[in-house]
Amino acid sequence: MFELPSGAEIQSIIASLKASVGFFIPEIYLSLLFMLLIVIDLVIKSKKNILLSLITISGLAGSLFFIYQQHSLQSGELFFGMYVLDEFALFFKYFFVLSGILAVVVTMADEQFDREVKSMGEYYALIVSMVIGMIMMASSQDLLMIFLSMELVSFTAYILTGYFKKNQRSSEAALKYLVYGAVSSGLMVYGFSLIYGLTAQTNIIKIGIELAALGSHSSVVMMLASLLIITGFGYKIGAVPFHFWAPDVYEGAPTPITAYLSVASKAAGFALLMRFFYIAIPHSTVSWSSIVGIDWLTFLMILSVASMIYGNVVAIWQKNVKRLLAYSSIAHAGYLLLGLIVMGKLGTQATLFYLLSYFLVNFGAFYVVILIANKTGSENLDDYKGLGKTMPIAGAALTVFLISLVGLPPTVGFIGKLMIFSALLAKGSLYLWLAFIGIMTSVISLYYYMLIPLNMYLREPKQADNQQINLGVLPQLIMTVFMILTLYFGLFFTPLSDFSKYSSSLFGIILQ
Amino acid sequence: MLSLIVFLPIIAGLIILAVPSSQKQIIRIVSLLAALGQGVLAVLIWKDYNPALPGIIASPNGSPLGSFQFVERVPWINLDLAGFGPLNIEYFIGVDGISITMVILTALVSAIGVLSSWPIQKQVKGYFILYNLLATAMMGCFVALDFFLFYVFWEVMLLPMYFLIGIWGGPNREYAAIKFFLYTLFGSVFMLLVMIGLYFSVTDPITGNHTFSLVAMATQSNYIKDAILGPDNVVWRYVAFIVLFIGFAIKVPMFPFHTWLPDAHVEAPTPISVILAGVLLKLGTYGMIRINFPLFPEVFQAGMYVIGIFGAINIIYGAFCALAQQDLKKMVAYSSISHMGYVLLGLSAGNSEGMVGALYQMFNHGTITAMLFLLVGVIYDRAHTRQIDKFGGLASYMPVYAGLVTVAWFASLGLPGLSGFISEALVFVGAFSSVTTRYIAMVSVLGIVFGAAYLLWSLQRMFLGQRKPGAAYDLVTDDDGHQHIHFHDWNGKLDLDARELTMLVPLVIITIVLGIYPMPILGMLTASINKLVEVLSPVVLSQL
Repeated sequence: MFELPSGAEIQSIIASLKASVGFFIPEIYLSLLFMLLIVIDLVIKSKKNILLSLITISGLAGSLFFIYQQHSLQSGELFFGMYVLDEFALFFKYFFVLSGILAVVVTMADEQFDREVKSMGEYYALIVSMVIGMIMMASSQDLLMIFLSMELVSFTAYILTGYFKKNQRSSEAALKYLVYGAVSSGLMVYGFSLIYGLTAQTNIIKIGIELAALGSHSSVVMMLASLLIITGFGYKIGAVPFHFWAPDVYEGAPTPITAYLSVASKAAGFALLMRFFYIAIPHSTVSWSSIVGIDWLTFLMILSVASMIYGNVVAIWQKNVKRLLAYSSIAHAGYLLLGLIVMGKLGTQATLFYLLSYFLVNFGAFYVVILIANKTGSENLDDYKGLGKTMPIAGAALTVFLISLVGLPPTVGFIGKLMIFSALLAKGSLYLWLAFIGIMTSVISLYYYMLIPLNMYLREPKQADNQQINLGVLPQLIMTVFMILTLYFGLFFTPLSDFSKYSSSLFGIILQ
Repeated sequence: MLSLIVFLPIIAGLIILAVPSSQKQIIRIVSLLAALGQGVLAVLIWKDYNPALPGIIASPNGSPLGSFQFVERVPWINLDLAGFGPLNIEYFIGVDGISITMVILTALVSAIGVLSSWPIQKQVKGYFILYNLLATAMMGCFVALDFFLFYVFWEVMLLPMYFLIGIWGGPNREYAAIKFFLYTLFGSVFMLLVMIGLYFSVTDPITGNHTFSLVAMATQSNYIKDAILGPDNVVWRYVAFIVLFIGFAIKVPMFPFHTWLPDAHVEAPTPISVILAGVLLKLGTYGMIRINFPLFPEVFQAGMYVIGIFGAINIIYGAFCALAQQDLKKMVAYSSISHMGYVLLGLSAGNSEGMVGALYQMFNHGTITAMLFLLVGVIYDRAHTRQIDKFGGLASYMPVYAGLVTVAWFASLGLPGLSGFISEALVFVGAFSSVTTRYIAMVSVLGIVFGAAYLLWSLQRMFLGQRKPGAAYDLVTDDDGHQHIHFHDWNGKLDLDARELTMLVPLVIITIVLGIYPMPILGMLTASINKLVEVLSPVVLSQL
């Protein structure tokens, strides 16, 4: 039944593996970094450690060099089509490594770690392992790789969420995350197995070809499979109605992890969803919706509209800033989905640009939230009263970030929205209704985002001393850099938009 | 030069950022210098401005800049959209007759606003940084000839305004500030969609790239025929016009989008009210003239009478509301709504007289309303109340104040010899001579009567007669038997002091001079307005 390969075949397999390894250097390097961090942790047992942070940061920064070198490589498949290297994957490699670095930077500022955690060694190792997992998510081209990489990310995220072991909220968040995650990925694997049953392929390019050839033959099975798979992806990007874990997890997790999850993990979900949606789901034929049993596009539209409306409306009643930002991140998943719905190169470019702007702004916002929590010990909106006077730079920075989240010029968030809506309107009046909903919900979002500056500036602090609180030179510098970048890229965004355009080509499909 | 006048306040803002917040006087002086610098530059620009050149659109056989003056045009962002090719966003500013009047008005009102901000003691540093940011954004809006640039300036105005009302405002300031913010954002996000639709539809005739240039957009031959807002897509062009119009109408504010204005005015501190009424409201009508009408002239032709009807509603409804107010500032706020109605009415006439009248009314309303709000501020500073029935007989105790109030009130109701009369007269001449708006104009004339009613009535109740029981001040008889009045908690001069006179007297002079000899402003407007009317006229449209 199963024939052993001949010697020559084995030779060729090994040769091909060897060749593939050359395209896999950043991942290998990061895996080595992961192990190195564990070893160092064993040698120097310590609490929160500057040295370990710096090693992690410089280690991650070092991987940027290897990623940069990959630009000269021809894009193509590795490891027998399991894995792929293209401009799209490269974009996310940079993205995840940089968010790993920022997660560590943000962690360094968070004083809660000093109180709650004894040993920090594996924390850094876990962040690195999550970077590896997310890079693999963005580069997987095979159902098995997709599942493996997603689980790698998920498990790391569960542990990181529950990192404050003694803290009840943190543990509760981790448990919730685990339960939701397990169910979602179980459903997704079931969907994968149905697709495998239909097509006998695990490579998504081949699945795309097989599905196109299949016609409307097994549309009921395909509909079920589509729903199950979208559940898995929807959970990862935090879109309504698969968002239930998000508010609790974002509120309970250590704040740096909240920032990390809301930016990087979401982006990884989008990378995966885009690749799968573009390549595995056949779009070429006119009546492709009948082929796959269910119109993925319609389904994604429902997800997007529901996320924009639900996220923005529910955020209005939040009293906790982290929870407010959690709902905002649900809403932003909706805006990101808009770019995906447009498909094509322009939609991809817009989505990638939006991710970049969201990356910058969200890390900035959470950084300020951490600094404020260090001093006030609270993330409640009520405790933000009068902070504009006591922490002027933090207040100004946070205001700029929130304005950018609303999408007002001259911030990078405005350009993100401009790109997304441009992509929608480039299709003529077809998606105008989506743009309309996007616009309306961003007006709603202004209200709750402005609640934070409202408390910071328009209301008087509880204690009337009005003493300026010193946040330290380095944190203030980092905040200012974030703020200036947000404004700078709002006025001169050509590098970002060109980079997004360059990155919008995927292997295995020619986008229009 | 134009760049300097735009960015001078923000430079001042950056300097203020470096000044320690205890040095309040330095902060104020830096702001004042910037505002005066703007004024000097405005005068220089005015002096060198050639009123014979119309502007408005690109000259068909000449340069793509059209006959705009003081043009500065540098490539700013080269956005490469996948599948659409390069898209040019330029730093493109310049003035024509329409914008230069607004530039002069902005410089004037900004400077007066700084003077009026002098007594503010709370967080002076933050106040003037925001104020200067606002001043830059306002000026930028009036000179921007690139839609993207215009939009950036337009939106940048919102945040400083939110804080200026929200931090330095009255008791109900949180509500007023967020209401202002939400209303204007609601209008401008739709503008964003139209802006995107426009750049997909318009190409630069020289480079062939898609462009944000308003000058290119105002020339109908630059539109791609089958693009979303191209000439073939009639329905979407109508939708785009309406959406843009609502965006600007919120700012004007036009009924039924006006409800934010009384709240914002009542809560805002005096200088911010002055800026709001003097400049910000003009941005709405300016946006219509610069963007809405020339870009969609055929829709304007079709919708003229609707705009006229809304103008008439504004005039009469605003006047009625003003008549009912007990709060003096709220009365002035509603009078603004009423007077901006004249602007809408003049625009809807679509002929030179009406449009010149509308523009002139914008300028005059800016100066007169600034005066009204300053005068309200003067009495509020002293009495800590603005209730009309808390005063009475003020004329005999504060003669200078009463005199200036009389001039301002009469200018506002359109007394011949004062500037408001000429602009209102022009508006009505225009509206009557146009067939579409003739009957609307007849109804609107009633607004003048009601306008006279609320203004004269408030004048009578506050300044004539005797002190009322329960008034906000006491009568004091000194040893010589002379009667004085005394406000509680007020140690300054009873009648106007030097700072207040410095703010008010120039405005009074302008009002009187422009009422007798309007040519300085009208002369600049005429060429541009004639060109605009030509662009909008059905004859030209039918040739397309």
